[in-house]
Amino acid sequence: MTTAPRQPARAPAQFSPYIPNTDDDRSAMLAAIGVEQFEELVLDIPSEKRFPKLKLRPAAAELDLAREIGELAARDQHAGRYACFLGAGAYRHFIPAVVKRLVARGEFMTSYTPYQPEVAQGTLQTAFEFQTLVAQLLGMEVANAGMYDGPTAFAEGALMACRVTHRGKLAVLGTVSPRMVEVLQSYTRSQGVSVEVLSEDEHEVPGDAAALLIQSPNGVGIVEDLAGLAKAAHDSGALAVASVNPTSAALFRSPGECDVDIATAEGQALGVPLGFGGPYVGLFACKAEHVRQMPGRIVGRTTDTRGNIGYVLTLQTREQHIRRERATSNICTSTQLVGLSVTAYLATMGKKGLREVAELCYHKAHYAAEMIYRIPGYSLPVAGTFFNEFVVGCPVPPREINERLLEAGTIGGLDVSDRVPDGMLFCVTEMNTKEEIDALGAALREIGAGLR
Amino acid sequence: MSRFTPASLDRRLLMERSVAGRRAVRMPASDVPRAQLPAASMLRRELDLPELSELELVRYFTLLSQLNFSIDTNFYPLGSCTMKYNPKLNDEMASLPGMAEIHPLQPAASVQGALRLMFELQEMLGEITGLPGVCLAPLAGAQGEYAGLLVARAYHRSRRDGERRVALIPDSAHGTNPASASMAGLEVVTVPSDASGNVDLGALKKAADGRAAVLMLTLPSTVGLFEQNVLDVTKTVHDAGGLVYADGANLNALLGMARLGDLGFDIAHSNLHKTFSTPHGGGGPGAGPVLVSAALADFLPTPVVTRTGDEYQLAAPKSTVGRLNGFHGSFGILVRAYAYIRTMGLEGMRQISENAIINANYIQAKLASDYDLAFAGRRSMHEVVFSAKRQKAKGVSALDIAKRLIDHGVHPPTMYFPLIVPEALMVEPTETESRETIDAFIDVMRKIAREVDEDPDVVRSAPHDTPNTRLDEATAARRPYLRWRGDGG
Repeated sequence: MTTAPRQPARAPAQFSPYIPNTDDDRSAMLAAIGVEQFEELVLDIPSEKRFPKLKLRPAAAELDLAREIGELAARDQHAGRYACFLGAGAYRHFIPAVVKRLVARGEFMTSYTPYQPEVAQGTLQTAFEFQTLVAQLLGMEVANAGMYDGPTAFAEGALMACRVTHRGKLAVLGTVSPRMVEVLQSYTRSQGVSVEVLSEDEHEVPGDAAALLIQSPNGVGIVEDLAGLAKAAHDSGALAVASVNPTSAALFRSPGECDVDIATAEGQALGVPLGFGGPYVGLFACKAEHVRQMPGRIVGRTTDTRGNIGYVLTLQTREQHIRRERATSNICTSTQLVGLSVTAYLATMGKKGLREVAELCYHKAHYAAEMIYRIPGYSLPVAGTFFNEFVVGCPVPPREINERLLEAGTIGGLDVSDRVPDGMLFCVTEMNTKEEIDALGAALREIGAGLR
Repeated sequence: MSRFTPASLDRRLLMERSVAGRRAVRMPASDVPRAQLPAASMLRRELDLPELSELELVRYFTLLSQLNFSIDTNFYPLGSCTMKYNPKLNDEMASLPGMAEIHPLQPAASVQGALRLMFELQEMLGEITGLPGVCLAPLAGAQGEYAGLLVARAYHRSRRDGERRVALIPDSAHGTNPASASMAGLEVVTVPSDASGNVDLGALKKAADGRAAVLMLTLPSTVGLFEQNVLDVTKTVHDAGGLVYADGANLNALLGMARLGDLGFDIAHSNLHKTFSTPHGGGGPGAGPVLVSAALADFLPTPVVTRTGDEYQLAAPKSTVGRLNGFHGSFGILVRAYAYIRTMGLEGMRQISENAIINANYIQAKLASDYDLAFAGRRSMHEVVFSAKRQKAKGVSALDIAKRLIDHGVHPPTMYFPLIVPEALMVEPTETESRETIDAFIDVMRKIAREVDEDPDVVRSAPHDTPNTRLDEATAARRPYLRWRGDGG
C-alpha cells in the first residue's frame, strides 16, 4: 500500500484508503469523458502555474501516523495526569460516557447543515432540544442553535443590541475579562461601533449606549448583581447583555430572572472537553421580542404535508445566504455537533445532576480558597460572592508559582497580575479531589515558606 | 428509511419524556465540608431540565441520529460543501488525552506537542496554497473571510490608503462574502459574470478603481469552473492598488493543481471541514484558517504559533488585527486536518483533486444529454452545475428532482445556488466515492429525468419514504415555535 510512486507526479492505484478508484477505473472514466489524459481536464489552469511541486512529507500509513501524533500528544502535560486549577473561560468538568458515545455517532458527525429537512430531522430535532434546554437553563424566552464560542456570542449579542436600539455605542463593565473585550473590539471596531470600558467601580450607563455588557461571574470570579445592572441599563434606554458561566446558572439566579435582555455563555463547560480551546459552542438567548434580530441558525417546529410534526431551519431571511450584505451576521457553518454535546450533557445531568455539579464546584472552591487564605503570605484580595473561581494574592509573581507547581505535577491558576497585584485566578471544579486541593495548599505553603 | 415512517416514530421531546425522580447520572458526594451558600435571594429557585434514565436517553438520541442522511450512510453530493469521507483515525487522534485534555491557557512549555502540531499545520497549509502567512484561529469559513478582510483593511491603512472601502464581489459568490464584507465595514460592489462563467473582465476593469480594497473571488468559481482569465483578474485588481482574496471553499479542486499564491492571490481562507476532511457535524464545528502572502503576515489575527529553536509558542503578529475568538481556534479540528494531510502526504495531495475532478467530469459527461449544463462547453473542476430548466418547462423543478433523489437514498445536491443559474443543481461527488456509487447516481438521475416525462407527480410529491414529507417552512417563519413550552404547541 505504501510503495514508492512509479513516477514523481503520479501515485499508483489504490494509493490511499480514502480514494477507491483504481488506475483502471480512472482510465475508463477518462475514456467516457472523452479525453486521453487527466491533464486535458484542467487546461484552464495557466500552464506555467499548473502542477506545482509541493514540499510536503511523504504520506504516512495509519499505524505510523498514530504513532507520530501519539508522540506529540505525550509531550503535553494534560489535565487528568496533572491536577488542573485553570479556568478563566474554559472549565474542566465531568463528562458522562453516554454523552461522548452519542455525539460520536456517524449520522450526527458526518452530516451537513440541515438544508434538506426531510433527511436531517435528527440534526434538526436535537437543535430544537438544544434551544429548549439552553433557554430553560438561562431562564430566557428563546435561544438560537449556537454560536462559535462564548466570546463571539457575547460580541454578536452586543452588535444585536445596536440593531435593536439603533445606537452605536457599547458600555462594558470594567470587570469583564480582557480576552472577552478584545474579541468584542475585533467584532465592533470595523463597523464604527464604539466601546467604552467603564472603570471597575463605575456602574453609570451612558445615556446613548446600546447596551451594558456584563460578565458574571466576572473576569476575577465574582458573581455580579445582574438584576441591579440590568435595571441600570434599562434606566438609560440600553439593553442588558450578560455572559454567564452556564454551570453557575444552575445555582445562582438566571439571567432571565434578572431581566437580562440578551444572555450568552461559553457552552464548553456543559459536556465539552478542554481541547486546548476548541471547538466550543456559544450559547445565545434573548427576549422573544427581539428574535428577528438574533444572529445564527434557528430551528423551528412545523408540520409536513401529512400534518406530522417536523423541524426546519427558520427565520432564514436574517441569514447571509438570503440577505447577503444585509444579514444579521455572516455566520454559516457553526457548532451544531458541539451543541449536541451540550444537549446530551444537560439531558444526562438533568434537573438534579447539574445543580449537584454546581454545588460541588461551589463547596470545593470555597474549601480551597479558605485553605489558601490561611497560608502565610497569601490573601484573597477581591471581595464578593464567588462560584468556582477566585483570585489569590501571591507572595511572589504568579508566573514563578506556576513554574514550581508544574514541576510538582499541578497546573496552577491564571496569572492576572495585570489586573490584581500578584493575583492568580484559581478555578476548582468537581474534578478536583480533596487530595489535589490539599496538595496544592501544601505546595503553595512550601513556596511561600521558601521566601522567608 | 421505511422503518422510520411517521406512524412508527416516537418524536416526543426530552421534556415530554421526562418523569420526575428519574436520573441518568449519579454524582459523588462531596469530599470536602459544605460551605455556607449565599443568601437565598441570590440563588436559583427552580431549574427545569429533563429527568430520564440513561437507557431512555441512549434510545432517544440513537433514534434521532437514524433520521439523518450522513456521509457514513449515504452518497452526499452536496455542491460547494465537499462532503468527503471523514477518516475515523482523525477523530481518534483528536481524542487523545494529550490533545483533548489540555487547557488553552496552560504555559507554552507544558503544551509543546499541541503547539508543534499547529505550527506544522500552518507550514503545510502555507505550502499547499502558496500563501505562507497562516493563522489557524478562525472558527469557520465565514470567520476566516472576516479575518482576511480585516487584514486587507489594515494593510491599506498602513499605507495611508485607508479610504479604500469597496469589496468587489462576483454575482456568483457565496452569501457569506457580502455578509463578511459588510461586517468588515466595506461597501459591496457586485461584478457580473460573463457568458462562459468567468468574471466579466471588462466590468471588473471599470469597477476596480481607487476605492477598491479587495476583490473576493471563489476559485474554482461557485459554478465549478476554473476562472480562465485568473492571471488577468488578479493583475487588474493589483494594478488598481487592491488586494485579491480567494474564498477557499472549493480548494478541493486545487490541491497539487495550482497554488493560490502563484496565481496572484494575496489572502485566502480554507475550510478545513471541506477540503481537509474534518466532519461537518450537521453544521459545524468547522475551522477556517486565514492564509496570506508574506507581505501581509504581520496583520494576521492573534494568535499564531511561532518557533524559536526547538520551542513553540503562541504569539501576536506585529500589527495584528486582533483576537477573533476566545482561544487559538478549533484545535480538535486542526488535529484532524493535520492527520489528514499527513495521511495523504506529498503523493496523495494531487490525487485528491485529480480524482475529485475526474468524478465530476464523468457525471457531467454521462448526464449531459438528460440535463442542461449551466455552462455548456466548459470542463468542470471538482463539481458540476446543471440547470433543470428543461424539466422546469415540464412542470418539475430543481427542488422536486432534489427531493426525488432522497427516495433513492441519495442526499440532494445543492439547489438554487449559485443564484446566477436558473434551477441550479450543483453536484460535487468528491474523490472518496467509487465509480460504482457514481454510476448508481447517474442511473438514478436518468430515471428521474424519464419520470419527469412519464410520471411527473411522483417527482413533485417526493420524498415518499422519510420521517417527514415536505415541511411547511412558511408557517414556521410566520409563527415561530422555537422551543418546547409545555403547552402542547
